[in-house]
Amino acid sequence: MSDVKQTKIDLNNLKAGGFIKERGKDLFTVRLRVPGGRMSIPRLKRIAEVAEKFGGEFVHLSVRQSIELININFKDFDAVVEELGESAQKVASCGARVRVPVACGGCEYNPNGLVDTQKSALEVDEKLFGTPTGHHKFKVAFAGCPFDCPKSATNDVGFQGAVYPKLDKGACISCGLCAKNCVPGAIVMGEDNKPLFSDDPCIWCGDCVKVCPTGAWSEARRGYNVRIGGKWGRNPLVGTLFATFLPEDKAVAFIATVLEWYKQKAEGLGRIRLGDTIIKEGPQVLLDHLRTRFPEYIVAETIEPQRIATQVGIPA
Amino acid sequence: MQTIDLRGISCPTNFVKAKLALEDLEVGETALILLDDGEPVKNVPRSLKADGHKIVALKQSDDGHYVLELEKGEE
Repeated sequence: MSDVKQTKIDLNNLKAGGFIKERGKDLFTVRLRVPGGRMSIPRLKRIAEVAEKFGGEFVHLSVRQSIELININFKDFDAVVEELGESAQKVASCGARVRVPVACGGCEYNPNGLVDTQKSALEVDEKLFGTPTGHHKFKVAFAGCPFDCPKSATNDVGFQGAVYPKLDKGACISCGLCAKNCVPGAIVMGEDNKPLFSDDPCIWCGDCVKVCPTGAWSEARRGYNVRIGGKWGRNPLVGTLFATFLPEDKAVAFIATVLEWYKQKAEGLGRIRLGDTIIKEGPQVLLDHLRTRFPEYIVAETIEPQRIATQVGIPA
Repeated sequence: MQTIDLRGISCPTNFVKAKLALEDLEVGETALILLDDGEPVKNVPRSLKADGHKIVALKQSDDGHYVLELEKGEE
């Protein structure tokens, strides 16, 4: 028995999860932390080297923008972490924790982007990543505009960039491009050949501001619309609107406030997601809690997260 | 004034053709750009504006296409 070699692994590396058991003996998937899906080219090269050395023949691009190293032997955990370069490329999480935030490309190069989702994703990742919820996973996503490629409302907290437009009639040259571009039909050309704006159909996409050749349309308000309580999986829920035009620099504090409510209200309810907790408590309770901290951005009323009829399995 | 006819050409080819045609103009010179209704008239003026050109006017013609009057901006 004396020649049996004891495998040593730094268990601190496993604290936040991100090492996921595979089918094969001794093999794990290592999920990397890629907030907002942005990856510098030197990091990408480093990952490719580590994957080639320790992993299988391919990596997997996860649905939530991670690169996952496949077929990693658990005995190599320490070497993988070290060779990824601890400061440059960290491992992600799994389990009942705040996950790595997803984001679209944002506004630096994407012409549709209204807000800097990449910056928000990095901030949330830095401040809240890996926080244990005590109950279940907790997902956050940032969409830069109402086209919402990241599907923000399917997250526990989903942010969607929005702009409320205002018109300076004097600067308008009556070209009609705003009305032409307004897909929801919130802008029509009036009898004086100037745009007429109606509030209700507007989805706050800011297309009128972007297309306006003279700057007659400009931003009156800009920020995030926040939907809460979404999830996908076995019993999907679509999150509902709790805040509008939340300033970008309040995103972290907002999520922390939701988390605090979730931790407390889900106590004793077992492995339950935020959306189901809201259905149990009623959305008004969370709305009131958020209103104490963010009074100017919280909507007057909302509805509970909405169930999707998947037609397979009737919720008990 | 030069007319750039982009009717029947879809996005983003119409925008790239407009860029190529504008290369032959001096800064401050104007051109008329003919665009189909739908995606072309939504996308092309906005992209040309983002490139630094000035939209002077946009009119719909009787047969439904659009005439964009554009002043070439700084390179």
